[in-house]
Amino acid sequence: MRERRMPAEKSGPQDSVADMLREAEDRALVADRSDPHSPYHPGANATPGGRRRFMFGSLAVAGAVASLPGLARAKGSLGSEEHDVPADATKVPGYPLADESYGTRSQFETEVRVRFKTATPLSSWTFTPLQGSLGIVTPSGLHFERSHGGTAVIDPSKHNLFVHGMVRSPKKFSMKDIKRFPSMSRTMFIECSGNGLTEWSKPTMKTVQGTHGLTSTSEWTGVPLRTILEEAGVKPGAKWLLAEGGDAAAMTRSIPMEKALKDCFLAYGQNGEAIRPEQGYPLRLMVPGFEGNVHIKWLRRIEVSDAPFMTREETSKYTDLMPSGKAVQFSFEMEAKSVITSPSGEMTLDGPGFYEITGLAWSGRGAVRRVDVSADGGKTWRQAALQGPVMPICHTRFRLPWQWDGKEAILQSRCVDSTGYVQPTLGQVIAMRGLNGPIGSIYHLNAIQSWLVATDGKVSNVHYY
Amino acid sequence: MSTTTSASSRIAVGFLVLAASAASAWAAGGHAPYGFGTTPTESELAAFTSPLPDGRGLPAGSGTVAQGDALYKGQCASCHGDKLQGGIGDRLIGGRGTLVNDNPAKAPIKTVESYWPYATTLFDYIKRAMPQNMPGSLNDDQVYALCAYILSEAKIVPADSSMDAKALAAVKMPNRDGFIPDHRPEKFPPVAKSPHQMLGFAGPLK
Ligand code: HEC
Repeated sequence: MRERRMPAEKSGPQDSVADMLREAEDRALVADRSDPHSPYHPGANATPGGRRRFMFGSLAVAGAVASLPGLARAKGSLGSEEHDVPADATKVPGYPLADESYGTRSQFETEVRVRFKTATPLSSWTFTPLQGSLGIVTPSGLHFERSHGGTAVIDPSKHNLFVHGMVRSPKKFSMKDIKRFPSMSRTMFIECSGNGLTEWSKPTMKTVQGTHGLTSTSEWTGVPLRTILEEAGVKPGAKWLLAEGGDAAAMTRSIPMEKALKDCFLAYGQNGEAIRPEQGYPLRLMVPGFEGNVHIKWLRRIEVSDAPFMTREETSKYTDLMPSGKAVQFSFEMEAKSVITSPSGEMTLDGPGFYEITGLAWSGRGAVRRVDVSADGGKTWRQAALQGPVMPICHTRFRLPWQWDGKEAILQSRCVDSTGYVQPTLGQVIAMRGLNGPIGSIYHLNAIQSWLVATDGKVSNVHYY
Repeated sequence: MSTTTSASSRIAVGFLVLAASAASAWAAGGHAPYGFGTTPTESELAAFTSPLPDGRGLPAGSGTVAQGDALYKGQCASCHGDKLQGGIGDRLIGGRGTLVNDNPAKAPIKTVESYWPYATTLFDYIKRAMPQNMPGSLNDDQVYALCAYILSEAKIVPADSSMDAKALAAVKMPNRDGFIPDHRPEKFPPVAKSPHQMLGFAGPLK
């Protein structure tokens, strides 16, 4: 999900969009730094054994505290249950097993999604806390969100999917009908094409949650769109289809028929259970490798046509305005991209010594083939290890051991995908697309990210290219 | 979950196929039609509106600039401003001539007037998504009237205009030719030649 819609942008100066984002992040960090349990807390890394990673942040807590003034941190984190903490857990029984339960995370885990403070929370987005991400899967409750009319509440027993337009037999499918078709699962990322929009002309957000948190990976389960289209019988001459959501925005996007028949699917499952409400419960269109916005949530209708519908989200928004005054339209694919999630902005290295550099790489055009890491701002590169299995159109975890000598360092990662495409520097992207305003052409920024490690160990977001 | 009845009838079908050919009952799966789902009624489908730029799909009805003016004041101005200058919702007019720009210190102003390529999009979007606090509450005449009013404030149609399916599809928006197809993947210029380079050089991959 990409865009920003604040009053300021509407009236022109996009700069204030970045300002708002930065302010929200700052509020979060202030709260976090005063939390002794947070890795962003100044002394956090002094307890190496205690933490799996020396410096993971919980922007999260910060966000929670900022937005819910009544929530005392002592009550445990969001999504957890608070229990008394014995001095020695081997000397007292733990809490009993419930006859029925759903399960919560540990009260000591504090990461949360953080909402960007748009003018209205009904059209807004939240960032995944990538700084604490482990492996490739995003917990369902931390998957980034973007919606234009709030989160729809839909009773699946009353939800239908209509398929009509240029088809031989129009169809109305209940959720029961949808689930009777042969099913499939696919682990894949969804990235908002506005991910990183604040970073075009100057380093703006401080943490990796703010610079890259609009990408997440889940295992999705559903039915191939091809199966559904074949059931209705697509007529010759059909070239596009409209997908429409059943939310208050009735979000609509046009999808090329070729893509629809190739690998799109309709998901009702996410990470082994029903898809989350904010991800489109009960049904979401999945469009592997395309920008997040076209993954229509709360899917209620597919209209087959011979031309694109030119909806607001494919004209007014999600188009990339070049310096020439022409805007690139239907820029669907998410190009290869990577980012170091640790060490990353606002963390502090606890003196010279061994650190694992780790991060995520992904490409909407295929699989990640290799990731190179530089500690000198791109002068020299070393190949990182990729965690297998490496799946196409999926977050891929990379790791490289690093011995920090205590000198200033600039950490970068650069990925290459299975098409041979090499992730560009920011300079290369700007040379190609120009800078039409402070947030440039807004969408599809996939440049190499730089993290500066200062001699005091402090990590910050910089532009270096 | 299927009902017991349909489950058993599927089993019956399965046995028939099995009888015909043991292999085909387990064949690769793709054998549409499965026969799931029902046929929607005319009125169910009539509830949806998704016009194409050439006007196909626009409903009957009409509305004038004057009618739209009154509706706008009552239902839109609170979020989009009494001069359509923006507020909680986007700015709707102005900005012509700001799209050509390579200055990071100056932002382009993208509005219905300066940026939108098709007037049919305006009908489509207002009809299903606005007003944001009561989406789907406007009838077709009201939506045509609001389109007429916004297009007139944008000086795209005269102030005495009336909009209907034919008139709306015939409106030529100022930025009609402002869009180009996706040209990616890009062939980037060498790192050393990129303009804002400060330091360092990303050598060739080894
Ligand atoms: C409660 C506030 C509110 C009201 C009332 C409202 N809008 Fe909006 N409008 C918004 C918001 C917020 C957006 C942006 C939605 C998004 O982020 O997707 C928007 C977007 C729009 C857009 C798209 C602008 C663009 O450039 O993409 C149009 C057109 C529009 N509104 C027209 C109207 C009309 C006509 C009315 C009156 C019938 C109306 N709105 C009433 C809040 C409102």
